[in-house]
Amino acid sequence: MKVALFVPCYIDLIYPEVAIATLELLEKYNIEVIVPLNQTCCGQPTANEGDQENSAKIEKAFAENFQDLDVDYIVGPAGSCVKQIRQHFDAIPQTEKVTAMRAKTIELVQFFTDVLKITDFSNISFPHTIAIHNSCSSIRGLHITSRSEWMEPRYNKTEELLNSIKDITIKHIDRPDECCGFGGTFCVTDEAVSAKMGQDKVSDYVRNGIEYVVSPDMSCLMHQKGVSDKEKTNLKFLHVAQILNNGPF
Amino acid sequence: MKKVNVEKNAAEFIYQDDIHVTEHDKNLWNARQKRDTAAAQIPEWEELRNLASAIKEHTLTHLDQYLEQFVTNAEKRGIKVHFANDAAEHNAIAYEILSSHRVKNIIKSKSMLQEECGMTPFLEEKGIGVLETDLGERIQQLSEQIPSHIVMPAIHQTKEDIAKLFAEKIGTDPNNTDPASLNTAMRNNARPKFLLADAGMTGGNFAIAETGTFVVCTNEGNADLTASLPPLHIASIGIEKILPKAEDLGVFIRILSRSALGTPATQYTSHFTGPREGAEMHIILTDNGRSKRLAMDEFWKSLKCIRCGACMNTCPVYRRSSGLAYGATYSGPIGIIIDPTFDAKKYSELPFHSSLCGSCSEVCPVHINIAEQIMDWRKVMMKNKEVDFSRRMAFKAVGVMLGHPKLFRAVEKVAYNAINILPEAITENKTLDPWAAHRKLPDVKKETFREWYIKNRKNNEQ
Repeated sequence: MKVALFVPCYIDLIYPEVAIATLELLEKYNIEVIVPLNQTCCGQPTANEGDQENSAKIEKAFAENFQDLDVDYIVGPAGSCVKQIRQHFDAIPQTEKVTAMRAKTIELVQFFTDVLKITDFSNISFPHTIAIHNSCSSIRGLHITSRSEWMEPRYNKTEELLNSIKDITIKHIDRPDECCGFGGTFCVTDEAVSAKMGQDKVSDYVRNGIEYVVSPDMSCLMHQKGVSDKEKTNLKFLHVAQILNNGPF
Repeated sequence: MKKVNVEKNAAEFIYQDDIHVTEHDKNLWNARQKRDTAAAQIPEWEELRNLASAIKEHTLTHLDQYLEQFVTNAEKRGIKVHFANDAAEHNAIAYEILSSHRVKNIIKSKSMLQEECGMTPFLEEKGIGVLETDLGERIQQLSEQIPSHIVMPAIHQTKEDIAKLFAEKIGTDPNNTDPASLNTAMRNNARPKFLLADAGMTGGNFAIAETGTFVVCTNEGNADLTASLPPLHIASIGIEKILPKAEDLGVFIRILSRSALGTPATQYTSHFTGPREGAEMHIILTDNGRSKRLAMDEFWKSLKCIRCGACMNTCPVYRRSSGLAYGATYSGPIGIIIDPTFDAKKYSELPFHSSLCGSCSEVCPVHINIAEQIMDWRKVMMKNKEVDFSRRMAFKAVGVMLGHPKLFRAVEKVAYNAINILPEAITENKTLDPWAAHRKLPDVKKETFREWYIKNRKNNEQ
């Protein structure tokens, strides 16, 4: 199988270890990985503001990097960016190439559970107590878990992968699917509410004795870690790929 | 009209003390959890939601014929039906009916439509006394505030606030914060006044076309008192409240209170089909922007709303802001998408007061795509240039940067240098950077992934 790796802008800059872990993990399972080196961003920062004019510029750059590649999937280690491409990404003309590119873009956890159907990572040990933070985009956009608002069968794909890790303890916090308040630009334009939501999320982890917060979305964790560090807790934050690949941490 | 600064108002609610925001969040989250428990007990819950959504969409797309049917049948039952195009007409009609009956005092039960029309201040100005019979609404009336929640109007106030208010207004002990005694005190104070009213005004939750009946749902039975004590009953009903058949009502009664408070039904579900002997019954069917909204491709589905408040209870932003922050009749997620249809300038910042978590759309019992409409309103505000110039320019810069790979790489380097070189006193200065007031900045690595990749996987590069 051949995939293109979609590395969101903030991961390239702030969390290169997450992209490295994702790349190594895919390579471990004999997947041929292409990394388009001129990629920048999915356009979510401007699209969330309702700014279609500027989103179009970013979407055009994304399409130029990905739409002509001969790959089976475009894999991204970030639920909210993948959701942006799959469900929004409507500022540029929807040519056949663009829609095909959007349809084969997939989030990393779901690439393992739904495409590769690999859920056994029992060769990895992680002897810690963790909580899973599935982002709002991953839950309500990509359905990486069942939605608590719906009376539907319960599942959690991230937990399905992490459950197989040796010596891991997964704890459920009081409000597992409550938004942490990152919300992209919301976190600075609506600072007071965003910070309060982040503080409440961090308190939930602390109250439940969590050591590590693990997520398929680093953007939420960037905000949560910012709050947590400011409040001087001992919480640590990791992307799910870092555990599944056993590093780099 | 001055823009509502919802972010600033929300910040004031959060920072007033540690008690209000914590209690507010806890009580509303509790309502959401009770809703989940109640919904889980109904095996056909999701079918009910789909059915409710389909009935509403069908009715709204055939509204003209169902409205005519409703009016014909209501008039057959002896109800006098009036039509109001907007708030001013609604208020004028209400005043006309009241003054022709020489009404001095009215009692009213909860009606969001009457709130929307600003009816109470209008009538008071004309010398008519208005008394709210719903406890939460009465608290808000005495506080001189608009309701902060569709279903729980005074939910932003603590029992200490209410003890203080009642002490001042009706002479109770300010130190007695026991909810039951506060409730009794208000009942004893208000009930004698109910008996003196010359007319009663209610809203209407549902209006059934095939029978001409309208239905009012309350938990305190106050709509029944309002409708039954005085000899004149006037109901204000929005044109979107129509249901085709009596059998449709069951679907909505089953989802309304479960979604709102997690109870199987409201304590009182009162059906009004014509006046009792010797009394008069009027309906003011009111448009007030609804038919204009029905013609808006992106936003017409907001008319499906049954005013349960589930989207408010689940909204993490609303729970930390309180309804008053929105400065509008409707607050929370549903308010964000309805309010701009009344005044797109005044409410232009509301669509940005959302983390876009999407829980509102998922919890809605009639499947209104609230989150999607919030995004669509952002597009409208951006296009209409209702967004601050500096904010628009900032995103223009982002667009240019992220649209040009080379520029993006250059900016990445600058960001790295800025975050690592500037002292914390500058990068964490609240006025310079809203990120840093309550958050540390992330560490920026010496090497981007791209640089690592070129170094370590160069031979794979395409």
